[in-house]
Amino acid sequence: MNFELEPEHRMVQQMVRDFAQREVAPHIREWDRRQGMDPGILRRMGELGILGVCIPTRWGGQGMDYLALGLACEELEAVDTSLRVVMSVHLGLNSLGLLQWATEEQLQAFLHPQARGEKLAGFCLTEPGAGSDVASLTASARRDGEDYVLNGEKMWISLASRADHFLWFARTNPRASDPHDGLSAFLLEADRPGVTRGDIHGKLGIRAGSTGWVNCQDVHVPARLRIGEEGEGFKIAMACLDGGRYTVAAGATGLIRACLEASLRYAQQRQAFGRPIAGFQLVQRKIAGMVQSYETARLLYLRAGWMKNQGRRNTRETSLAKWFATEASFQAASEAIQIHGAYGYSDEYDVERYLRNARGAMLYEGTSEIHELIQAGYALGLRKDAALRRELPGYLPGEASTTGEIDRRSGPM
Amino acid sequence: MATPVFVYIDHYNGQAVGAAWEIVGAAHKAAEALGAGVTAVVIGQGVSALAEEAIQHGADEAFIVDDPQLKDYRPESFATALTKVLKDAGAQVVFLPTTARTRELAAMTAVDLETGVVPDLVGFEVKDGKVVGTRPIYAGKLMEKVVVAAGGPQIFLIRSRVFPKPEVQSGRKGAVTKVEAAVGAAKTEVLGYKATEAGVSLTDAAVIVSGGRGVSVNPKLTPPADLTDDHQKEVWRAQQGFALIRELATVLNAAVGASRAAVDAGYIPYANQVGQTGKVVSPDVYVAAGVSGAIQHLAGMRTSKTIVAINKDPEAPIFKVARFGIVGDLFEVLPALTRELKAKLGR
Amino acid sequence: MNIVVCVKQTPDTAATVTVENGKVSWGDAPLVINPWDEFAVEQALRTKEAHGGKVIALSVGPEAAREALKHALAMGCEEAILVSDPGLLAGDSLVISKALAAAIEKIGGVDLAFFGRQAVDSDTGVTPAQVARRLGWPALTLVAAVSAVDPAGKTISVDRALDEGRQQVKSPLPAVVSVTKEICEPRYPSFMGIRKASKATIPVWSAADIGLGAIPSAALSWPEVFAPPKIETKVEMIKGDSADALAANLAARLIEEKVL
Repeated sequence: MNFELEPEHRMVQQMVRDFAQREVAPHIREWDRRQGMDPGILRRMGELGILGVCIPTRWGGQGMDYLALGLACEELEAVDTSLRVVMSVHLGLNSLGLLQWATEEQLQAFLHPQARGEKLAGFCLTEPGAGSDVASLTASARRDGEDYVLNGEKMWISLASRADHFLWFARTNPRASDPHDGLSAFLLEADRPGVTRGDIHGKLGIRAGSTGWVNCQDVHVPARLRIGEEGEGFKIAMACLDGGRYTVAAGATGLIRACLEASLRYAQQRQAFGRPIAGFQLVQRKIAGMVQSYETARLLYLRAGWMKNQGRRNTRETSLAKWFATEASFQAASEAIQIHGAYGYSDEYDVERYLRNARGAMLYEGTSEIHELIQAGYALGLRKDAALRRELPGYLPGEASTTGEIDRRSGPM
Repeated sequence: MATPVFVYIDHYNGQAVGAAWEIVGAAHKAAEALGAGVTAVVIGQGVSALAEEAIQHGADEAFIVDDPQLKDYRPESFATALTKVLKDAGAQVVFLPTTARTRELAAMTAVDLETGVVPDLVGFEVKDGKVVGTRPIYAGKLMEKVVVAAGGPQIFLIRSRVFPKPEVQSGRKGAVTKVEAAVGAAKTEVLGYKATEAGVSLTDAAVIVSGGRGVSVNPKLTPPADLTDDHQKEVWRAQQGFALIRELATVLNAAVGASRAAVDAGYIPYANQVGQTGKVVSPDVYVAAGVSGAIQHLAGMRTSKTIVAINKDPEAPIFKVARFGIVGDLFEVLPALTRELKAKLGR
Repeated sequence: MNIVVCVKQTPDTAATVTVENGKVSWGDAPLVINPWDEFAVEQALRTKEAHGGKVIALSVGPEAAREALKHALAMGCEEAILVSDPGLLAGDSLVISKALAAAIEKIGGVDLAFFGRQAVDSDTGVTPAQVARRLGWPALTLVAAVSAVDPAGKTISVDRALDEGRQQVKSPLPAVVSVTKEICEPRYPSFMGIRKASKATIPVWSAADIGLGAIPSAALSWPEVFAPPKIETKVEMIKGDSADALAANLAARLIEEKVL
């Protein structure tokens, strides 16, 4: 068993850290205040290959492994959650979903430009009336000759107003005996007639991030853009969440680290009763708690990433990592504010933003309660993983080649 | 009589560099400890006058290499000339000022003589007949002592403003000896010069002048009539205050900084903010005008070598870390200081 | 063009450096590529991209210096070479410049050797000029901009940042160039570059390999390293009964104490 990161992982971590620290950190306070990130940053993430970091080079990606994805997310969220949210929807949910389920033609047309950062991708599952109860979603997709006609509204969609492509989930079979089997997934280009979208403002946190709604009114989508079979939509959505949740877990780990580093800096410099507050035991307890949370969260997400590299099903491990890290990051941020005292209550320091950002992660990609049920389900044998028709390809580095192509163990086609 | 201490006179456009005579003084100090004299070395074309000046500033004699091929400074040819002078004379100790030219020049001469070169001295002592130099490392976070332990010439470059400038003794005379050195034609060609652009970066600046909340406090100033909003008037006043700060900064070749309070109030952009949540700076001189000295600001500039504080409030915390303080109105003190320093520093 | 860029591995500039047992200690802080050298690598890569050829990253240091070379490879250098020998570890610039010059001669056919202007640990900035002297090449130090490179005509034109202003110089090739931060913005390593770098085998040359049979000993020795003394400040309040008087007195004190 090896708990050391390989040199290439350390270099990935350093590179993403440098990018986020140099190009985002100096401006993030202002972007959070005005509720909008400089769109140039998304372009930069595309240019630098971060938006396709773990997509095979064959599909326009950078050919790194799933650990690199996690490490990149940890570094991005250590600066701001809005950066990691982009990775979650564009790469974790959408692109990895395509890698697992799409046909060659679909991969060529959609994944390739996404991996190269030429197109931005989003994930349309949640509706105003359907969050945790995915199977109850009402967006519909009616077959009409060679097309499907999409109708419905999705809400709380990251990059709603910015994405070029969406993975859109809708009901193709209203009469299925089990509503879970009535859903299908579609590749939806945002510029199709009938697609409207808008921004949602006033979020408590992730205010620099783009969140909004997407509405389809009689949108015609060719049947060749359906992902997977009719009725596989729920399974596809759940499989995509394994990717999204992984990025959330890794990102929340970075947030815990940011809280810890801010607390260490402040506590060592702030004086009270004649000495730095870092010398007081009650402050030390908070710091110790953050260390414990950080190291635990880190090991959990790295383990999930390792399993993805192995091509092994990792729903349980990823859910555990996401649940732990997100709850712990909220706690860490709250303690960080406490350490900062009144200054923690002002946006002159970063810790209040960490708290506001952390709160959201306990609500999306499965509420904490959903994850509790998942974990108990596995433990009690109430929940078992059935084999899927398609699996996310693992990662096996091939012989070092001059073109940098990496072999992949491909799932059954 | 021991071998003299050699001192290289760096010059540009016919003038010795600002620190040149300070180094003659430093050489004198070393020479005394070694029981030796001081010999100046000047290289270039038409440099006799500089040689005379060196003697007037305390050198006992001067060697010059005067050659049309040395009209424009070039490291390669100047190094060849310097090497010849030092080798022929059996020089053991050589001092130079620290400039862009002398760093490379001395580096090359050291290679020619297979000896050590030590730049950026902020002090030295003479111990057991050798010069032991003290210089900063790790951007000044630590200091080291260095000795040219091997037998060859000890070449040291000394920083400006460390040693005092000796008094001129206008009648002083000494031998000026011309040395022939076959320097050959220069391989490189100087195409021209451009004056430096303005704008010193905060983190690189040796001098910073900063303004705080106090720069907006001047009831005597009347804002233009079209400003009705109180905040706008406050910002306008602050901008007048920062104009004074910029004038002083120009005279001192300094960067302009600001406290968080000034930035938050909208007086100046965030890029100028010095402090825990702004830039951390470590200049030689930090002039804080209207800055109270809150701990968050201090965290960003506490390691400045010398802090000068100007504030109306005698109880302001900044005075606890300042080396020099003035309790006064910055709107009056800053322009007066700018005038004084402009005259005294000849800027 | 055959381009060499010399890099050094130094402690991270954010590290807290202290003196422990008479030696400099940077605690757990990582060793990184000397920040100035990143600018040199970037300029070397841009020169190659504009005129064709390859860039070889070269370092004289301990085995750990591989990391700095890997960073250079990840940025896009084609090759990296480490010169490592116990006899070179305690070297001063006289020794290091000899090793670098010998390595550059062994590489052969080099048109340009780039350096960062100084290393952030020793801060001496003399090695580039010394390497040039040993090679018999012109030294162009403190280069803030490269205005032209003519590989066929074998010339380079640069702007150097001198104390008095920018000096424009034209030089034949081969030449040594040391760069300042103004010259360019270093690129991040690419992911492909990171993969290649992590897999790359970096040859290690000993002193004997580069023809230094007898390694010269350092000319310098360092009897002491210490933390600068903490200056206890007691503020000197300047007196004066008018703004002009206050200013005059302050100015006088500042000049007297050599603050300005």
